[in-house]
Amino acid sequence: MARKILTEHINVPGIETFEVYRKHGGYTAVEKALKTMSSDEVVEEAKKSGVRGRGGAGFPMGMKWGFLAKPEGIPRYLVCNADESEPGTFKDHHLMKCIPHLLIEGMIVSSYALGANKSFIYVRGELMYVIRILEKAIEEAKAQGFLGKNILGSGYDLELVVQPGGGAYICGEETALLESLEGRRGNPRNKPPFPAVKGLYQSPTVVNNVESISNMPWIVNNGGDAYAAIGIGRSTGTKLISASGHIEKPGVYEIELGLSVDEFLNSDEYCGGVRKGHHLKALVAGGSSVPILPAHLITKTANGEDRLMSYESLSDGGFATGTMLGSGGFIVFDETACIVRNTWNFSRFYHHESCGQCSPCREGTGWMEKVLHRIEHGHGSMHDIDLLVDISKKIEGNTICPLGDAAAWPVASAIRHFRDEFVWHITHPKEASQPGAVYQGAMTLV
Amino acid sequence: MEEVKPQLIKITFDGIEVEVEPGTTIMQAARKIAEADDTQAGLVPPAMCYYKPLPASGGKCRACLVRVAQGSAKDPRPMPKLVPSCITQVQEGMVVENTTNPAVLDTRKSIVEFLLINHPLDCPICDQAGECHLQDFAFEHGSAKTRYEEERRTFEKIDIGPNIQLHMTRCILCYRCVYTADQITNKREHGVMGRGDASEISTYIEKAIDNDFSGNVIDVCPVGALTDKTFRFKNRVWFSKPEDAHCNCDKCSGKAVVWYRGDEVIRVTARKNTWGEVTEFICNSCRFEKKKTSDWVLEGPTKVKRSSVISANKYRADLIKKPDFALKLAATQFKNIDDSRPYVTDSATIREQSIKNNDKANHRSLLSKN
Repeated sequence: MARKILTEHINVPGIETFEVYRKHGGYTAVEKALKTMSSDEVVEEAKKSGVRGRGGAGFPMGMKWGFLAKPEGIPRYLVCNADESEPGTFKDHHLMKCIPHLLIEGMIVSSYALGANKSFIYVRGELMYVIRILEKAIEEAKAQGFLGKNILGSGYDLELVVQPGGGAYICGEETALLESLEGRRGNPRNKPPFPAVKGLYQSPTVVNNVESISNMPWIVNNGGDAYAAIGIGRSTGTKLISASGHIEKPGVYEIELGLSVDEFLNSDEYCGGVRKGHHLKALVAGGSSVPILPAHLITKTANGEDRLMSYESLSDGGFATGTMLGSGGFIVFDETACIVRNTWNFSRFYHHESCGQCSPCREGTGWMEKVLHRIEHGHGSMHDIDLLVDISKKIEGNTICPLGDAAAWPVASAIRHFRDEFVWHITHPKEASQPGAVYQGAMTLV
Repeated sequence: MEEVKPQLIKITFDGIEVEVEPGTTIMQAARKIAEADDTQAGLVPPAMCYYKPLPASGGKCRACLVRVAQGSAKDPRPMPKLVPSCITQVQEGMVVENTTNPAVLDTRKSIVEFLLINHPLDCPICDQAGECHLQDFAFEHGSAKTRYEEERRTFEKIDIGPNIQLHMTRCILCYRCVYTADQITNKREHGVMGRGDASEISTYIEKAIDNDFSGNVIDVCPVGALTDKTFRFKNRVWFSKPEDAHCNCDKCSGKAVVWYRGDEVIRVTARKNTWGEVTEFICNSCRFEKKKTSDWVLEGPTKVKRSSVISANKYRADLIKKPDFALKLAATQFKNIDDSRPYVTDSATIREQSIKNNDKANHRSLLSKN
């Protein structure tokens, strides 16, 4: 069995209650940090651990904490980004639902490290029952003296607030999240200034993903170096992967970074292979935003090396032959999946979720969706394919926030790897527009 | 005590060096170059959403994206992406490429395309035509054809108060009017609802703006989405004659432009500077009610750019250069008359030659008929 950091006790009955969680070693990190460590020492451990942001971008968390401005007399805030809405990603939901105290313990330790006296957990609006679970857990922790004034007699105060969002994908972008948290429309802000300088209520703010923060109790207990020893290279620690699609065993799995994609996909401990009687066709490795990979590039990189579940190995070869680990939404497609239809579906999502603030994303996502809809329904023409590539290029990098890039990458990569399928849709409009029709031509199936 | 002047920052914009104060944006630095030298007006990045008098505006339309080839003297690395010049502050030694970089111009072309996707091409009936920023932008940077074949989004027209009409179909969501309503007026009555290309400028629950300065949203609108109902469909702007005027107003500065058709005042707007920005907002009673010449003290004709269509048919003697192209044309076509031919004087030869010429002419006409 691989090492588990986050999900070790997740199946213990009653782990969502304070008593059971405490019995299994819970809140020891709070005791250790508040009684024996200074806040800078906690930050130092986070830096040593090399833990990278688990929300998608993979930016080292310790470094992000290091950027936090610390002017006198201005409060600092920690905001936990629990607005997980990336299609194909459901790990934070699972974590908060099953073991809420882990996040709360992580929030206490991290807030202490950053010197924040009021911290927020911004939860996606659809997850109302998770919000109730979290609020109940916070009440329990407060009753036991782990939250509130003068925690464990250390003189450190912390108030933890759970804020439901309105259910917008864009509010997972950190500055849009802060706008929404302040009570305004969730439009991403122009950067600079970055949240580390001017964030929530114009004060220095750190925004971290649920999974990143949940790693902190273990790091405090066992030390940053022990965490850095797990994993491979600059991808340290473990990662939750939300596996879905045409596999035998969909679900949330905790893996050590550096596990090979082949083992993750085919071993019975994890996904259990592509569903019986079918072949692997394509893979989206890190949530809908990352480039899609065709079968021959999934287990091996373009150089013939084994592809590993790590930030570096998945992005090997750049966007030409690689992808990204992203948020860990592992979506597997077998040969019954139509790539054009899938790309249209992703595009429809981004069109619907674009905030409408900057013009390339507002107009471009809608345009791409309409063109893809046309191709899928048998009304496309050959120049539409190049048009799509051109639109995606014009959106990418020219928008305020990364939603534009996220909308452009799946389309560009689908055309890069599955152009045949787009061409077939255009040359065979009648067959292609039948429900469930899939291109059966030259494909590299594994 | 001597005033301490901040150290000026030197940047290079399209190969031209300019010194500006710290905290200046790239856009303002470019405008400074153009203000110093008229002939360089073409290198200023276009702005569809940025509006200097409205803090926090900008960064949305992406029309002003430029490339920073060198971040600063200290850190000479180029910036990885194109940056919006309207909100990016200059650094010492920064090198900016705007019109000199083909990638920037290419991106700008695509921004025009994106903005025009959902913008109706109803310029022939739009009141903004002739003073529309999107028209200028598309004319300067856009391509002649669209690649967009799909249906455009449309909205019903909405009345915002008795004097303003919102035609959301034309809106490019620059948010200028939202910032105006937010900052010029004290109440937040005017915002954006919906998401993506379905977003709508809205006064919440269609509540009319009843503020003395609400009319300014018409002036800040870069397109014809917000129009003056007292002026709608009355006249084309290029048939009207703008005159600077002022009045004694206890609410605003009273400085305005009065637009005439003949002797009739057809509309009143605030004054705009070179960059199409209103610096002194005017109140609603000046804008909508004072529609008689006797309400105003005229100061003289408004200065209109020669490139603007508003200046058509309004010649100013001091600006007109004497046309010398006719003389030049005549000079190039000038031929010396060949005097070497002998003069024919006897009548017999003349008759003979005329008959010959006549035959030639008849022959030619016969040929052409066939």
